[in-house]
Formats: sequence, structure tokens, C-alpha cells
Amino acid sequence: MSTDTTTPTADQPEAGETPESKPNFMRLFGRYLTEANSVMVTIYSLLLAFLIGAILLIVSDEYTRSTFSYFFSRPQDAWYASRDLIVESYTALFEGAILNLNTLDRYAAGTAEFGDLLRPLSETLTYATPLIFTGLAVGLAFRAGLFNIGAQGQMIFGMMGALIIGFALDLPAVIHLPLAVIAGALAGAAFGAVPGVLKATTGAHEVISSIMLNNIAALFLVWSISTEFLHSETKTDLITKPVDESAVMPKLLSGLSESLRVNWALLIGVAAAVFTWWLLSRSTFGFRIRAVGFNEHASATAGMRIGSTYTTTMAVAGGLAGLAGAALSLGVGAAGITTNTALEYGFDGITVALLGRAKPGGIVAAALLFGALKAGALSAQPDVPVDISTLLQAIIVLFIAAPALVKAILHLRTPRGGLVTLEAKGW
Amino acid sequence: MRLELKGLTKKFGSFTADDDIDLVVEPGQIHAVLGENGAGKSTLMNMLYGILTPTSGEILIDDKPVSFTGPGDAIAAGIGMVHQHFKLVGPFSVADNVQLGREHTQGMGVLSAKAARKAVLDVSEEYGLKLDPDAICEDLPVGVQQRVEIVKALSGPKTELLILDEPTAVLTPAEITELLQIMRNLAAAGTSILFISHKLKEVQAVADTVTVIRRGKVVAELEPTASEAEMASAMVGRAVTLQVDKTPAEPGEARLEIKDLTLVSDAGVKVLDGLDLTVHSGEIVGLAGVEGNGQTELARAILGLVKPDEGRIAIDGKDMHGASPADRIADGLGYIPEDRGRDGVISEFSVAENLVLNQYRDVPFARRGAVNSGAVRKRAVDSISEFDIRTQSPEEPVSALSGGNAQKVIIAREFSRPRRFLVAAQPTRGVDVGASQFIHSRLIAERDTGTGVLLISSELDEIYALADRIAVIYNGRIVGEVAPDTPRAVIGRLMVGADIAGADDTAPASDDDADQTDEEANGGDR
Repeated sequence: MSTDTTTPTADQPEAGETPESKPNFMRLFGRYLTEANSVMVTIYSLLLAFLIGAILLIVSDEYTRSTFSYFFSRPQDAWYASRDLIVESYTALFEGAILNLNTLDRYAAGTAEFGDLLRPLSETLTYATPLIFTGLAVGLAFRAGLFNIGAQGQMIFGMMGALIIGFALDLPAVIHLPLAVIAGALAGAAFGAVPGVLKATTGAHEVISSIMLNNIAALFLVWSISTEFLHSETKTDLITKPVDESAVMPKLLSGLSESLRVNWALLIGVAAAVFTWWLLSRSTFGFRIRAVGFNEHASATAGMRIGSTYTTTMAVAGGLAGLAGAALSLGVGAAGITTNTALEYGFDGITVALLGRAKPGGIVAAALLFGALKAGALSAQPDVPVDISTLLQAIIVLFIAAPALVKAILHLRTPRGGLVTLEAKGW
Repeated sequence: MRLELKGLTKKFGSFTADDDIDLVVEPGQIHAVLGENGAGKSTLMNMLYGILTPTSGEILIDDKPVSFTGPGDAIAAGIGMVHQHFKLVGPFSVADNVQLGREHTQGMGVLSAKAARKAVLDVSEEYGLKLDPDAICEDLPVGVQQRVEIVKALSGPKTELLILDEPTAVLTPAEITELLQIMRNLAAAGTSILFISHKLKEVQAVADTVTVIRRGKVVAELEPTASEAEMASAMVGRAVTLQVDKTPAEPGEARLEIKDLTLVSDAGVKVLDGLDLTVHSGEIVGLAGVEGNGQTELARAILGLVKPDEGRIAIDGKDMHGASPADRIADGLGYIPEDRGRDGVISEFSVAENLVLNQYRDVPFARRGAVNSGAVRKRAVDSISEFDIRTQSPEEPVSALSGGNAQKVIIAREFSRPRRFLVAAQPTRGVDVGASQFIHSRLIAERDTGTGVLLISSELDEIYALADRIAVIYNGRIVGEVAPDTPRAVIGRLMVGADIAGADDTAPASDDDADQTDEEANGGDR
């Protein structure tokens, strides 16, 4: 390029004369998040997270720590203890999430069913299902330049919407189940639209309002479970009525083993991801979402309605989170939901969306990874502290959110138009 | 100080921003560096000021090679820089801004306000730059703020070379005259000045030597006596006619009628104050005025982005009250926004997507809620060839394009759909000479097809070149509508609020009306 002066090289913007306006924080962050080279950064982030996780495992294990007290007289003790601890811990996570080696032995010996072999995977998929929805809920809003912290609250409302239709109506399964799912989506959408409307009409920041709405939803759930309408007729603890058999999500692999919990909600999740992908990359509505997310001023100048874009996007995002709630109350929580059913799926959706870089395909992959970490950690306790999975998630996200850090640690090459240009454009 | 650059080269990856630049600034000399946007001027200055490290080549100060690792080194070596966009802390006083980064203290980290004030007064006295050290910077006019920047640059430990990067871009004509005088005084006192500009008249008025850079290379060393045409053709590499060929306008019916338009800002200021303006089909009305007198708000009100408090706007005879921007766009309003990067393009979007930004929901670009990418691409291919947009492909993001080509994307977008009236705000700002010529001829062609055009520009040259009628805006109202052959000085006075009647008598030195940069007599204190 540099030798041929007739090519339009000099037409490229140089430092200080770029045609762009100064990007705001969300815009820069969004660009970092969706920019090229992200695959390598993600992979290295995962490896680094497991490395740091290993160090923390060593530090937190009392026996291993004690071997370090005489490190200089017998370093091999510390070395072997650390190695064993790390191998055992990560193996336990693996066995809980993907394949249990003991079961494999028993299956080979003929004492276990094939279905038992799939149990860890089924658990992984079960935990991943709500994360797919909440991840999409956060990711979609993110593309419109909105930080949807409210997926937790939207999910809780979706959970209740699906639950009420699930037990209050008496219908055949063909109608009952879809209706309950739709009710969940609508309840989530209505709740999700609130921060959008507030932002569009009053300028209230969606982060603040959606965080607060999470609290409202959580406390509303606690209160409503105890009401006569929702509370279980047979149990005294805080649990709701079960949904009717006709509204329960059918299990996917019940033919192999009844203990395989993974259900149809997973398929709905994959369909939702495909729908979100289509919406973002192929539809006119997605065109508007992305335009507003990148540059609301230019979008407004082009005649797009910014306020209604915020509201609609938040409603669709809330609907996706509501589907997560429906998946829970019609799936694993079909016997009645408690204050515990929702776990932290909504908040984890934020990390899933970050790891998946706000792209539907990435979000599904990230949800599977986090589902695996959760399934692994729950099955590996008490040998491995259950916090280790949360810790790994946290470290992964830390690195994803700060790609410059990973690039600096590993001396990754920055692609053209990446960090260097961003710095140069500052001048 | 004698500054010499030897073979200075800067590469960004495979892109060479500056290629083997040689340049000498003699002590006390004003050396102008002339070049289009993207020619490599800013990169050169950033290397000189230690912000960027050269890929190869040498910087010599008084024949001794130096290397800078940051602006601190450059300042220590005696180089001061006034950036195009001021780097002042608004709420701070002049004295505090000048001492920023090298604060005067009484020891133990306690600031000495007295020493800071004295430092400002010393410098302003030495160079004849009047400044009140206690004034708050954000309250000062732009020209005075620039003077603060100059004093700040001169207060370096031993500043002997001043870099001025496009210093006149934000100034009023009177302030420009004043700045040019300041530059002459500084040079007379022995300070060398490197003057970055693409305004030919100013360069002619003040420079001792002119170096022209094109595509990162030095293409010419000229005397300031060289003609404008000579300088312009060196900049763009071919002969350029500054005059646009156009036939007399044939105005028809009114396409834009604005009556008594009033807009009060959030701060309670009347930014538009009973403004009346009419633009007919087949004519270009040039709206002249110092920036910040309501031009931005007027354009936004015409598009419907802000709702006026009083008055009415009619486009093509249709009252626009209650019509959204989308309605007005659909009714044939074309809009070229003044801030391209903010309002005109979405830089992360591809060229193709930007070309349909306000039509993405219309047939044929959309079908049942889905974007028809085939039609979008076809439009892009057509526009790229028709409007000569230099891009690798329709899928390339607009951020990879130069300012001129990004502007062509906007022009192409607005000119590729049915239109009745066009608002063109600063259509050639930050655009190179070649592209601005193209844009000018398209605007004339647009007029000739019968569209009414409102041209908002802070460049009088542009107004003169295009307008069939000139309206002057001041403090949110039209203070005069004059013929396109009205002398510069008359319009200049209207722009600062003097009415037409008084304009001819109040000017003490109005002999040289034709060329305001030669009005040195006006250059003293205001």
C-alpha cells in the first residue's frame, strides 16, 4: 500500500482528523466487546481464569497450604499436594458437568444404564437453559446501547406469569403449555418495558431503574408466595402450588432415564437464540436497535424514534428473560416455586452476555459453559468449595471486560483498527 | 531556535502517514504547513510534540538531534503547542490554566496564586497579549481562550517554537485578524512559528515560507506570494478552480417558509428569536454567521429534532407542526448535518447500511420486517460509483473512510431519494479540496433541478461560491438579507450584529473590503 501512491491510502483518516465524534463509554465498551480478535481473547481468558482458579484453590485448601510452611525443606510435598488438589478439583468439576468416570466404569461393567452416563450433561443443559434466555435478554438490550441489569426481575415476573396460567387454567396440554410460556414472556416483557419507558420519557438511567426493579420483583415474589392465591395448599413452607401436569415442560430424554431433567425449554432457548440472531442481523427492527446502540444522534437525525426503540427493545429483552422464568416454573420448579427457584440466573445472564459478546451464538456457548460450571460445582461439593465456580465465572468476566489486560499479559497482537487506533483517535 | 526535520517518517502498520518529510524552520520565521485533511499534518505535529514516535528520521533542534518520549520532553526542549481543540479547564481561572502541570508553589505543595498571576502578567506584557489572569476561562470568548492557550504555550521554561494547529478554525473574522497580528509580533520577538492550516488566505497573509504536504509527502516549497490557485493545486495535485460554475438562479415557489421562529434553550436563553426566512425552489440561500448564533438550532428545528416554542415552519407549503423527523424526511426534506460524525453517519455501520439509514424501512430495502440486503447492496454499489465514494467495498465501515468520503456517503444518501428541500449545514467542513469541489457542484446541480437549498456555512468563501442570496444570522435572528455580490466587510459587520444602515459608516478602515485578512489596521485590541 505504501509504495503505490495512487491507491486511496491518503484518504484514510489520520490521527486527529477522524470523521467520528468522540465515542462515549457504552459505545467504546460495545466496540471492544464485539470487535475482532475476540475469539483468542476469550479462549485465553478461560485458560487464565482456570490458572488463577488453581492458585486460589491451593491458597484456600488448609492441608495444601500447610505443606507450603516447610516448602524449603521439602518442596516436593507442596508440589504434589498442589498438583493433586488441582487435578482432583478440576476432575470433580468435569465429572459433575460432562462425564462421570466412575459411571463410565460401571456402564462398562454393565451395572449402569446409558441414561446414567448422560446425567452430568443433562444437568449442565438444565442449568444452561435459563442462562441462554437471560443472556439473550441482556445481550439484545446491549446492542441497543442499554445495560439491562433487570433480567433477574423480568425473569421472576415471567416465572409468576407462567405459574399462574400453569395452575389456574384447566386446558389440554397442546394449548396449556404454549399459553403458559407466552404468559411468562408477556409478564417479563411488561416488567422489562418499565425501565425503557422511564428512560424514554424521563431520561431515568436504565441501570438504576432496572436494579431497583429487581429488588421490587424479588420482594414481590416473597410476598406473593405467601398469599392464599399462590401458596401451596398442602405444604406449610414458602412454596407455591404446583403447575398442572398439562403445563409441565416435557422432559427431553425421559425415555432413557427419569433422572435426566433436561426439558423442552432448552429447545425453546435455542429457538430464541436463532430468533434473536435473525432479529438483530436481518430485521429492520434489529437495524434500528444496532443504529441506536451505536449512535443515537445519527439515528434520530435519520428519523428513527429513539424513545420507542428503547422501550421496544427493553420489552423484547424482558420477554426473553420472562421465558427463562417460564422455563423454571414449568420445568425444574413445576412442583412449586420457592424464593430460591430463580437463583441468580438473571444476574448471571449479564456475565453470560459479556462472555458471549452480546452475540446470540456466543451467548449460547457462554450459557453452556456457565451451566457446566454450575452443574460441576454443585455435584463436586463438598470436596470442592462450591464458590469455585462463581469465582471462575467472575475471573473470566473480568478478563473479558478488560481485553487490554489479557492482551497485555499475553502480548497478543492488536488487529488493525483495534486498540492502537482507539488510542490514536483520542488525539 | 532553528528546527530541522530530516527524513521524518511515520507508519501505522502498512499505512504511511508521513513519508520522508524534510523541513526547516529558521529562528523568528513563520513557517506554514499547508495540506488537505488526511495529508499527514497532524501526525507530523504529534511527532514534533512527542505524542507519536517517528518510525524513522530525525528531529534537530539548533542542529542537535533530539528524541522525545512525550510532550514533556518537547516542552523542555522549548516547543509549545496550541491545539486545534483547546485543552483548558473551563471553571479554572486564566492563571490556573496557564500554570496547569507546572504549578507555582510556596513549597510544601501549597499553591502560590500570586506567583501564578505574575507569571501570566509577565508573559502577556512581554508579548503584548492582553489577559486578565483572574478571569474564568469558560466565560471568555473563543478568541481570548485561544490567547490563554498561546500564553500557556509561551510560559514553558524556554519556549522558542510555537506550533499552531489550525488555529483559525473556531475564530470570528475579527479574531482571525487579531491572531495573525499576534503571530507577526511573536515572530518579530524571535519566536519561530509552525502554522498548520488549510486556509490559503491566512497563509498568504502571514507566512514567510510555505511547505505543502500531500499524501504524507512534501510536494512543494512556496513563497507566500504564490497565488491561491498555485497553492491549491499543490495541495490537491491538480489545477483547481475555486470558482464554481453556475448559471443565475431561477427561483420558483416557496419551499421553506419560517415565520417568527422562537426557541428557548434549557438554560432559558432565546437561541432563536423571532426568526423569519423563506427559501424558494431553484435557489440556494446561504446562511452566514459566526458559529453559535442559532444555526445549529435552526437546522434541528427544520428537521423536527427540537420543537420550537413559537412560530411556524412550512416545507413545500405544508405546515410541519407536529410532524416527526421521519415524516419530514418522507415528505422530501434532505438534511446534511453539520456534525458528520455525531449526526450524519454511524461510523461502526458499513457504507451500505449508512446509505439507507433513513430509508431502511422503505421498499425495496425492507420486505415484511426484514432488511433486503440485495437491494441495500445494489443501492450501495450504485451510489459508490455515482458519487465516487472511495471505499474498499460496500461492507467497509464508514470509520475507515476519510472525512471527505464519509461526507460523500451522506450526500449520496440524501441525493438518492425524492427531495423537495435540502438543508446543507457545513457541507464541506473537514473535507479536502477535491471532495468539496464535488459537493459544491452537486449542490448547484441540485438547485438546478428545482430543489430549494438552505446552505448553512461558517466559511464565507463557500457562501460566496454557492449562494444566490445571503441571509445573515446573529443572536438567533436574521439581521440582513443581501445579494451575493455584497462586499465581505459588510457581511462581516452584519455577522457581529451591526445593522446594514450603520455598517458602511462605522468601519474605520473599510477601504480594503474585498479581503478581510488584509485589514491589519483592525487587528488591535477589541
